[in-house]
Amino acid sequence: MIEYALNFAFVCAGLSLLINLWRLSFGPTIADRILAVDTMAINGIALLVLYGIGRATSMYFEAALLFAMVGFVSTVAYCKFVLRGDIIE
Amino acid sequence: MEFIAELVISVLIVIGGLFTLVGSFGLVKLPHLLMRLHAPTKATTVGVGAILIASMLFFWIERGTFTIHELLITIFLFLTAPITANLIGKAYLLRHVDPHDELPHTGEIEGWATFDSRNPEEHPKDPGKLPQDEARKSD
Repeated sequence: MIEYALNFAFVCAGLSLLINLWRLSFGPTIADRILAVDTMAINGIALLVLYGIGRATSMYFEAALLFAMVGFVSTVAYCKFVLRGDIIE
Repeated sequence: MEFIAELVISVLIVIGGLFTLVGSFGLVKLPHLLMRLHAPTKATTVGVGAILIASMLFFWIERGTFTIHELLITIFLFLTAPITANLIGKAYLLRHVDPHDELPHTGEIEGWATFDSRNPEEHPKDPGKLPQDEARKSD
């Protein structure tokens, strides 16, 4: 039963990533693209944790944690660059 | 007992997948960026949260040892989501919103923090220069 639920959630996360890619490509403003990248990082975390459940290893947990941190830092860096023209002043 | 645990894990995984999809659907469906900021928070909180709780329960059933290290990701996302939303909103305000027409007055001496430090309509003679600029001018 967990396999069916995992397949369903894989399909949902993959569709979400495709939708975010659409917003990333055609987003009318820069802030839309930054928001799409942030949401893609969050969907990537969900996908990694689901894959870890499917393979029954906790190795992918570290990858998900790193993904969360790098996604946050990259979003803040993009926003700071738009706001100030520089990342580290 | 095994069946109930599997049922709970499966329901949590399905809820997480559905909320992830709903968050991204709102990102496309909503018409304005400040509304679109609202949608992916569902994916951040309920979507990833339910999947991480399912992961905790799964490894508890699988290995027999209960660990809470999945909660680290949840806590990290809960801490960083407001900062991200604030910075994206500020970037949008700076690039696409006219502060004198579309934003209300702050009611203070200072204007909106994203723009200038002083409101030029209330202080027409004081453009809000920094002290080091004044010192440089006197040199």
